[in-house]
Amino acid sequence: MNEEVMDHGRRRFLTTAATIVGGAGAIAGAVPFISTMTPSARARAIGAPVEVDIGGLQPGELRRVKWQGKPVWILRRDEAELATLPELDGEVRDPSSEKEQQPTYAQNEHRSIKPEYLIVVGLCTHLGCSPTYVPQAEADAHGLPSTWKGGFFCPCHGSRFDLAGRVFKDVPAPANLLVPPHQYLSESRVLIGDDSAVNT
Amino acid sequence: MSTVVKALTGLRDWVDARFPLTKSWNEHMAKYYAPKNFNLWYFFGSLALMVFGIQIVTGIWLTMNYKPAADLAFASVEYIMRDVEWGWWIRYMHSTGASAFFIVVYLHMYRALLYGSYKKPRELLWIFGMLIYLTLMGEAFFGYLLPWGQMSYWGAQVIISLFGALPIIGDDLALWIRGDFVVSDVTLNRFFAFHVIAFPLVLCGLVGAHLLALHEVGSNNPDGVEIKKHKDANGVPLDGIPLHPYYTVKDMVIAILFLILFFIVVFFIPEMGGYFLEHANFVPADPLKTPEHIAPVWYFTPFYAILRAVPNQLGGVLAMGAATMLFFFLPWLDRSPVKSIRYRGWKYRTALGVFTVCFLTLGWLGMQPPTPTFTLMARVCSVLYFAFFLLMPVYTANDTDRPVPDRVTG
Repeated sequence: MNEEVMDHGRRRFLTTAATIVGGAGAIAGAVPFISTMTPSARARAIGAPVEVDIGGLQPGELRRVKWQGKPVWILRRDEAELATLPELDGEVRDPSSEKEQQPTYAQNEHRSIKPEYLIVVGLCTHLGCSPTYVPQAEADAHGLPSTWKGGFFCPCHGSRFDLAGRVFKDVPAPANLLVPPHQYLSESRVLIGDDSAVNT
Repeated sequence: MSTVVKALTGLRDWVDARFPLTKSWNEHMAKYYAPKNFNLWYFFGSLALMVFGIQIVTGIWLTMNYKPAADLAFASVEYIMRDVEWGWWIRYMHSTGASAFFIVVYLHMYRALLYGSYKKPRELLWIFGMLIYLTLMGEAFFGYLLPWGQMSYWGAQVIISLFGALPIIGDDLALWIRGDFVVSDVTLNRFFAFHVIAFPLVLCGLVGAHLLALHEVGSNNPDGVEIKKHKDANGVPLDGIPLHPYYTVKDMVIAILFLILFFIVVFFIPEMGGYFLEHANFVPADPLKTPEHIAPVWYFTPFYAILRAVPNQLGGVLAMGAATMLFFFLPWLDRSPVKSIRYRGWKYRTALGVFTVCFLTLGWLGMQPPTPTFTLMARVCSVLYFAFFLLMPVYTANDTDRPVPDRVTG
């Protein structure tokens, strides 16, 4: 071939081959870079279930435990408080818990396995702040109306939830508080993060 | 004497034969002609460059003692403040520098709105500038997590949750950003990497591109006329003066005045009453408890107020995103043949005035608790904010613009 004449065919072949092979390599190489930013084996292991003894919990008392690094609340409600839940059906967004914010075994009026004990992840479904537990008696101190029957108030953007973690209408949070998977190991011991023994 | 000069000239020639030293100097300084009619609005670019330098230098020194780990970070910042020699000075310069950076950048951007600096042929220059602004917001956000105080923690939690609000990919995206199920040591560690390496590198590149684009098209000026239209026999713009020494000298004086104000803050009011350093951040991060009053640092509050004004989660996030993105489209939204506010009609003047008031009001509202009155105000201001951009093609197309002079007016 004449040296003065450019071999366009060869240049095109080399460019195409290098682009395809290099492009495939770049895409394959991007996978580890993206994957390395997902939760590591250790971060996933810390997400292991936690066992809590709720024997000493008094009515109206809220206990905070850490699961997957998140606050999980265990609230003991009395009969009077449970009786307020049906009255609020008209004021909450999702009264019968139709959105998948709970395992099926907690999809009921009181959003729990045992009516007395509410177990929810204590993070607002809006942007993840941890709401404040406001019993009926403390409504005034948080600027809530006198009709407040107890529940949770998010200081960040003003979302409100009732004593079953159901979100009220006209607040920024879109969904009820999340009920984590959990199961009772005995009368007073609950395992949060694992529900393998619960008959769903 | 002459031997010294001879030796230096020789050295310069030796370098010039191997590196474009004199050529670059002339191109960007000694023979780069800037309009002779710059006013005070034109100093914020060089000030931003200087603050960037302060942030890099103080940042390097801070990393010498800071520990990017959840159980050590808060204590290491306290250690810098109390035990490291002059550590408080370095840190206060860095924290004041963050706010100062946004002050000069906001004024620099406002200058563009006043004098139409984003208009043809400076569209790319404007886009590079906007990219710098967005990168700077990311840089500030990552940096804010590092002291690992209550505001750091819950601020990061809220901002990352914004991504979680996106449909379908949201939850996985938020998980990927955090690298954990909640904001944790993992998140802190990677934010440190972004804050000290990734984003500063990107910023350096963008600032370089911004300056190259500027020196290609030349600076706009308060009259909004192109000085390149009238050149002398040597091709030098008649209304231009060399950047060096004319403006470098002025820049130095302005820089000193700026630094006097800057160090008054550093030495006497570093917290700026909770605006530069928020009070809640003096409490270590507690993943189980959100502070009673949480608000972002002042430079994010206009957008935060827009987020809260929308009574829908996804809608709020999208509105906030759109509020920043709309700036990119200014060069094409603005249909006026006139650049400078000096010759614009009453429509643009009014629109810019309303926008200014709304932006400042939103900034203030973003720091207040969301009461019904404030929410209503935020909604009105948000609507006007968007109207400024979206109605711009209409009100700039038939404005009562006045004739623009041929040459700058001094």
